[in-house]
This record gives sequence, structure tokens and C-alpha cells, in this order.
Amino acid sequence: MNLVELQRAVFEVTRQPLTPSERMRPRLPDGRSVREIARALIKPNDRLSSFERLQIYNQQYWFRIMGSLSEDFPGLRSLLGERKFEKLAVAYLNECPSESFTLRNLGARLEAWLRVHDQYIAGVKRAALDMVRLEWANIEAFDALDLPVISAAGAGKIAGGTVFRLQPHLHLLECAYPVDELLRRSRRLEAQNETASNAVLNFPQKARIRRSALPRPGKVYLAVHRLQGAVYFKRLTRDAFALLTALGEGKSLEKAIEASLLRSRRRVDQIGAQLQEWFQDWVSLGWFAPPGR
Amino acid sequence: MPANRFNGNSDYGVGIGLRVPHYEHIFAKKPVVNWFEIISENFMVDGGRPLAILDQILERYRVVQHGVSMYFGSAEPLNREHLKRLKALVKRTHTPWLTDHLCWGSVDGRYTHDLVPMPYTFEAAKRAAQKIRQARDFLEVPIAVENVSSYAEFHVSEMTEWEFLNEVVEDADCGILLDVNNIYVSSRNHNFDPFEYLRAVPAGRVAQIHIAGHTQYRKYVLDTHDHPVIDPVWALYARAIEMAGPTATLLEWDDRIPSFDEVHREALKAKRYVPSELREAS
Repeated sequence: MNLVELQRAVFEVTRQPLTPSERMRPRLPDGRSVREIARALIKPNDRLSSFERLQIYNQQYWFRIMGSLSEDFPGLRSLLGERKFEKLAVAYLNECPSESFTLRNLGARLEAWLRVHDQYIAGVKRAALDMVRLEWANIEAFDALDLPVISAAGAGKIAGGTVFRLQPHLHLLECAYPVDELLRRSRRLEAQNETASNAVLNFPQKARIRRSALPRPGKVYLAVHRLQGAVYFKRLTRDAFALLTALGEGKSLEKAIEASLLRSRRRVDQIGAQLQEWFQDWVSLGWFAPPGR
Repeated sequence: MPANRFNGNSDYGVGIGLRVPHYEHIFAKKPVVNWFEIISENFMVDGGRPLAILDQILERYRVVQHGVSMYFGSAEPLNREHLKRLKALVKRTHTPWLTDHLCWGSVDGRYTHDLVPMPYTFEAAKRAAQKIRQARDFLEVPIAVENVSSYAEFHVSEMTEWEFLNEVVEDADCGILLDVNNIYVSSRNHNFDPFEYLRAVPAGRVAQIHIAGHTQYRKYVLDTHDHPVIDPVWALYARAIEMAGPTATLLEWDDRIPSFDEVHREALKAKRYVPSELREAS
């Protein structure tokens, strides 16, 4: 057995989900005996069988990735409850193992996966999808690139044909549920979520959180953004959201206003003062970068 | 001996790992610390708070980068995106040397996020050495590889772990981040004499030493970094210092992290093991 064959064989076993009692499964999905695979690969010692030694890696794998996903999606956990979240997380991570060198990207495919496997969010589908989008936006906003900002002085030069770039940390979300409120209640300190080189003792029991009641549906328009290192969720009006979305799509200011007015059926003269107020606010939050070359 | 070409000819003394729960203390009290070790992956991002914190740290302290996911031992090629981000971080921190583990953890583009031990074969040693050289050439900084704690051994192994370590570092011409706690943990799990391991380490290649605590279970020892360093590990450390001279030393404490002062005090115990005539110099 050469190096890559050995590594494939070990990974195939260690990425199999654990049993309910957090042990290694005795068989692979194709029926092969894990005990026999372990015996062929791993030396036993005077205290542990080959199976038990390989099981340590199987447990470490799941304790680590489950811990990481749990830390990243406290709102989804709160919405579903721990038991349902754990079931969802195991299924997701089993189908979508990490393809990145950093655990930060572990949840990158969760929204797309849930759209196909919505049985895991039955009864709360729309709210759960909103929550996942919000929590992923939170991760993205936390460490996105800082582009130079358009200052208040620079804002004076804005004209109809101006094309903005929105800061990469700014994410615009249209949600059917007020998931921002729910997430604020269930959020844990991001300080817990760091990569290190130590072994992990168990599933993150200490991080367990209480299940939240499903909030009443109610459309909210959110800007997830970063200010002085912290991520905030800012509620927007529907018109402001439409305008920012159009600007984010690369439309000039003039075209973006037209597009958003078309949607709201209002005239420019009706919202002139409002526009000025919005832009002052957005410029002060540093949401606009000068157009790229 | 402490300053050598594998640690950028630096002489850093005793440091501790930079961890989030200590940020507030560090910025408020500005404690005197010889250096901080950062986990590279926590700062290989585009922007935001992690880099702002790092820049603040760099204004006052020396930083050495320690990685957890380069996986020199994986059969697959190095991840170019990883290397590019790592190089950007190297330029930011000016780390005099860079460390990662002599292990594998990815296969076919999928990541375990664990430090899986190597099969100690000549094929694996050759592949790891080749990848270390490639990484060093790209990153343009000396690299030292760390021996990992392990809980399993492969039938296909053709040599001991210390023979494998020698094979790799000689072929790659790189340094060693000697983790004496990992030697202790593995010696307990695989029934070997940790001092025999130490005796085989090429002292001139030791760029840095790690010390840490671990957890003893009924049938095995787990490298949890959540306790103070125990006496048998200090004994190994003392022997390592005898062999290599006063070398840059770092205490790892990654879980159930106590106060900054407690972690720092535990790390500074390392100074007791430096011979008095060399203490000034270190």
C-alpha cells in the first residue's frame, strides 16, 4: 500500500459518522468491516486494539468539525434545538467534508445543501434558511477585505453617473423572518472559536443553548456589515435595500435610483431628502469604496 | 547553538501562544513577553479584526508563525491558495522562522483538520521533504517541522518516528520544532523511551521547543494542551536544553485557558532549566 492509498483508507474510515454513543461504526456503508481495515492498517498495543486506536482519530475528526460548525451557527442551533441540529450537522458534514485548509469555511455550502435536503429543517424551512444566510454573512463580514472608503468630502463629488463599489464586508439580505433578533439572543462569544493544535476532548457540551420559539414571520431587510472590527446587523427600509442592491450590482447612482423607484412606485422628488439622509449614513459607515479600475 | 540558520539566527527566549481570551489583558497591561506564537490559520484572512489585532500586537511584540494545516506529510501537492495567504502573512509578521507539523491531514482535496501521524516509510519521508523544500522556496523563510503526538502506528512503517524525523529534516535541510510534550505523549502511547528519541534528535537543527500539558486516560494519553506541564515533560525539556542549548521555547495552552499571568508564569518556569551561565545570554 503506497502513501496515498494508506491516507485514503484512513480518511475513509475516520470520516464515517460516529455511533450515538460516540464510537466508531463497525462497518463502512458498503458493508466492509472497519475492524478488519483497522487491523490491516494499524498496529495494536498492549492496551488498545487497532480498532480502538483508529477510533481516537475518528472521534477527534467529528468532535472538531462538529464543534466548529456549532460555534458558527448558534442561531440555527437555537432555532432547531440541539438534537435536530446535531442530526443536520452530521448529515451535512458527511456529505460535504471540508475542502478548505481553514475551518472558517466549513459552513460555506450549508445553505445550498439545505435547499436540497430540507427535511432537516422541516417546519421552519424559511426561517432556518434565513438564519443560515445571516450566520454565513456574519462569518464573511467578520474578516472580509477592507477597501478604501469614500469619505464625506469625497461624497460631495457624487454625481448621477457615479458607480460605487460596496465594501466586501457589506452583505444585503432580504429575510422572511426577523432572524436578526433571534440570532442576537442566541449568539455566543466569537472568542471561543479559534483553531489550535490540541486534541479535542468531546462534543462541545458546554456550548449547548436553549431552543428558541419560531418568531412570527415578518419581512426584514438587513445590511450585515463591519464597523471597527465588530459585525453588526442593520435593518433597512425596502427602498434603501433596493437601492443598495442595485448599487452593489454595479449600476450607476442614477440607474440604481431609477431601479429602486420602479419597485416602490415613488418619484425622486418624494424621496430626495430621504436619499440624502441615507447616503450620509452609509458614507459615515464606510460602506462605499471608490470604483475599481 | 540557540540562534541557528533554522530559526533565522534569532534568540527569542521564552514565549507563549497568542490567544483570544488574553487580548484584553495584553492591550490593557502591556506585559513584557519575549515573543508570541500565533496560529497562522487564524490570521490568513483578508481583513477585519484578526488582522487589526495582529497589527497592534506587532507594534509591541515579536511574533512567530505556527501552522496547523500545511500537511507536509499528505501525498497530495501543497495547496497554492494556502501558500499565497501564508506568504502574505509572513510579509506582515516578519516571522524569522515558520513552523508546521510533520504529519498529514488532507487527501484528495479534503481536510481532516487533525494532525494524523505518518507512516514511517522512505516514500513518505521523501515526499514530505520535497514539500518542505517547495514551501520554503516559495515562502522565503526558514521552516521547522514539529513532531506530533500520536495515538496509532502503521504496519507499513519501516523505521522509528525519530529515524523518520531525521530522514525528513536531513533531506529537506530544515529545522525541527521539538515538542517534548508530544514525545512524552507518544512514548506513553507506543511504549518507547522518550530519552532514546531525544538522543536521536540532531541538536543543531532544533529551531524551537514546545512544552504543553496533556490528559491521561486509562488506556492512552491525549495531547489536550489544557493543563500545566508535568515533571516528566520538564525532565525531557531539561535534557533537550542540555543537547541544543537555550532554545526559543513556547508554552502551548489551548483549552480551559487560565489567566494570562498563569500561562506566562508556567511558561517562564522553562528558564529554570537553562544553565545559569547561559541564562543572561538567553
